[in-house]
Amino acid sequence: NDFYKLGVLRINFMTRTLPASKCSHARMNRVGTRLLHLTGFLLGNPLDLPRYHCKPPAEHTTQGPDTQVQMAEREAEPEQQPCSIESHPQVHVTGGEPHPQGHITGSELFGYVGIEAVLDQMRRKAMKTGFEFNIMVVGQSGLGKSTLVNTLFKSKVSRKSCTPNYEEKIPKTVQLQSVSHVIEEKGVKMKLTVIDTPGFGDQINNNNCWEPIVKYINEQYEKYLVEELNVSRKRRIPDTRVHCCVYFLPPTGHWLRPIDVEFMKRLGKIVSIVPVIAKADTLTMEERLEFKETIRHNLQANGIQVYPQREYDEDAEDRIRNDKIRENIPFAVVGTDKEHQVNGNKVLGRKTKWGIIEVENVAHCEFANLRDLLIRSHLQDLKDVTHDIHYETYRVRRLNEGNGGGPVNGSLEKSDGESQL
Amino acid sequence: MSFQGQFTNPETPGYVGFANLPNQVHRKSVKKGFEFTLMVVGESGLGKSTLINSLFLTDLYPERIIPGAAEKIERTVQIEASTVEIEERGVKLRLTVVDTPGYGDAINSQDCFSTIIAYIDDQFERYLHDESGLNRRHIVDNRVHCCFYFISPLGHGLKPLDVQFMKAIHNKVNVVPVIAKADTLTLRERERLKRRILDEIDEHGIKIYHLPDAESDEDEDFKEQTRILKASIPFAVVGSNQQIEAKGKKVRGRLYPWGVVEVENPEHNDFLKLRTMLITHMQDLQEVTQDLHYENFRSERLKRGGRKGSDPEEMDKDMILQEKEAELRRMQEMIAKMQAQMQKQGEGDGDGQHM
Repeated sequence: NDFYKLGVLRINFMTRTLPASKCSHARMNRVGTRLLHLTGFLLGNPLDLPRYHCKPPAEHTTQGPDTQVQMAEREAEPEQQPCSIESHPQVHVTGGEPHPQGHITGSELFGYVGIEAVLDQMRRKAMKTGFEFNIMVVGQSGLGKSTLVNTLFKSKVSRKSCTPNYEEKIPKTVQLQSVSHVIEEKGVKMKLTVIDTPGFGDQINNNNCWEPIVKYINEQYEKYLVEELNVSRKRRIPDTRVHCCVYFLPPTGHWLRPIDVEFMKRLGKIVSIVPVIAKADTLTMEERLEFKETIRHNLQANGIQVYPQREYDEDAEDRIRNDKIRENIPFAVVGTDKEHQVNGNKVLGRKTKWGIIEVENVAHCEFANLRDLLIRSHLQDLKDVTHDIHYETYRVRRLNEGNGGGPVNGSLEKSDGESQL
Repeated sequence: MSFQGQFTNPETPGYVGFANLPNQVHRKSVKKGFEFTLMVVGESGLGKSTLINSLFLTDLYPERIIPGAAEKIERTVQIEASTVEIEERGVKLRLTVVDTPGYGDAINSQDCFSTIIAYIDDQFERYLHDESGLNRRHIVDNRVHCCFYFISPLGHGLKPLDVQFMKAIHNKVNVVPVIAKADTLTLRERERLKRRILDEIDEHGIKIYHLPDAESDEDEDFKEQTRILKASIPFAVVGSNQQIEAKGKKVRGRLYPWGVVEVENPEHNDFLKLRTMLITHMQDLQEVTQDLHYENFRSERLKRGGRKGSDPEEMDKDMILQEKEAELRRMQEMIAKMQAQMQKQGEGDGDGQHM
């Protein structure tokens, strides 16, 4: 019956659509791969999974009979290399019936089964279906938002590159314009949507200029919710929810302005905000450090949570990684699409009379850090946080409003990773 | 008659000697010193204070405290005037810099310029009052002679707030637009921005301060300089007072990992041009303020008669007449009193009685 349980998990990997429950398939992945790892070292050949070492999953208790993996006996450190059986004498080797509370214990396999091939199948499926990513850029006009987006994705994806005869006029009210592209790299397709907000913060009276943006984000959540609650649902719900909002701060070098504080306070609750210092080539290194320090202080003083939020760190490894990022927020970026020759290489940069500012040089600006955060390391995490946390908050609120208090499946508390398999 | 011999130049028979007048004026004004009031307006963080310090090579704001985040939220525009007396080669300059912290900071900047306009009007009012008073010896001229308006280099031109503000004050003070933090821009971006700003200024009918053309009898260098200055408006400047070592010599500039921006290098920015303009045209700025802006204000003010309401013209005139009569009576009384005093003191020193 352990195999049966693994089989159940396998089936869940294959199907993308899950019941309207707390558990996302991504979370399942993590649980599943931990299980794989467990079986792996029981097999005697520890799976060389780069990310998931033995971790104390004490913070990750899930309720529900099948996925309650009680590995609390193990006190493995995250940095430890794939554990061997000898160091964990407490792992029981049984093949017995499941405990009444659903206590799963390890089991020894006496041959190679091939469970790890699941990863390959997942990979192939992901490449076929592709990814969706929706990024919103907010900031005053002239801060280089469109240029930065183009630089991030190394293609002309911003609204300025897409509209012919583009004229730089400040609109009278905040508008939301979204442009979608499908970009491909090494066989992996991504449908990237860039949502731009021209007119934000440009007027004389900027009261409530964030409201159209809040409305848009909630509308996307609503669309997803409606689709999810539908009787006959689509196999893949089209995901137009905003996964990440990049907020551009002008490089004044002093402090956060009232409009910045108000915007981030309100939007930090419904979407993941990544603040960046725009056009950072106007600050010297000392000014930059001082400015960042002041901004972090201002953010803390106003209770604003930016991505990656401290409370959603799952385990110590995540915390360490994200702490490093949090120490560096907000990133000071420079964007450009022009190339110049520096020491014989072609580099992206801005050429001035006193030197060339190289965009991808970490000594010059932090564009590379931002790109790594947004694309190379945390893209999936951004989507997960949006789905598991922000969307669920919205859903709970809406359903409570709709039902007048009667919860739908009896467990509508906001707890991470609740699954209902 | 030996007196006359000093001033006759034997070579030109008809030489009278009043060509010496400019020297006398020069000597007198050097003794008296100059007064100049400069106002700086712009959003926070555009480098206004740094630029003023760089221009005048002093530290006008020695005790600058940056307020915390919570206190920042509800600030309104304030006016802070700081005065320094600078002396160079015997020439004294009493410089007043009027700063406007809080401009453009609030979410709703609808009335951030009413405070500023009220201040300018107030200075004019005070001068008018002093000028119409009895004792005109020690009139202090606190009128704003020039306003540097800082435009952010980040945008694509003028913001709506910039346009509205400049239109509100272009009839009261000389407006000199300045592009701040110009090291954000490459050369091409700078040219594009300058052209854009000039176009928008034309489009909205904003009257900025125009340098007077060089007289035809000035030398070529000066004419060329004026031409260059006129072509570079608005000036794109960078301010700094830090000494950086570059190419073996110490220059004022900003040190970046990719290079050094030199403040006084004309290829890097227009700081030198701004300074030249300010210094060679300080007198002209004062004149335009006196002849144009102040006179406009004065005629408006006297027409209005100091009434804020919507009183009809005739009532105004009556009121003015009554006020004037009352003043006349007061003055007559004062004169009578003084005459009595003088008679009492009688044969005292007789010169320079302080009235």
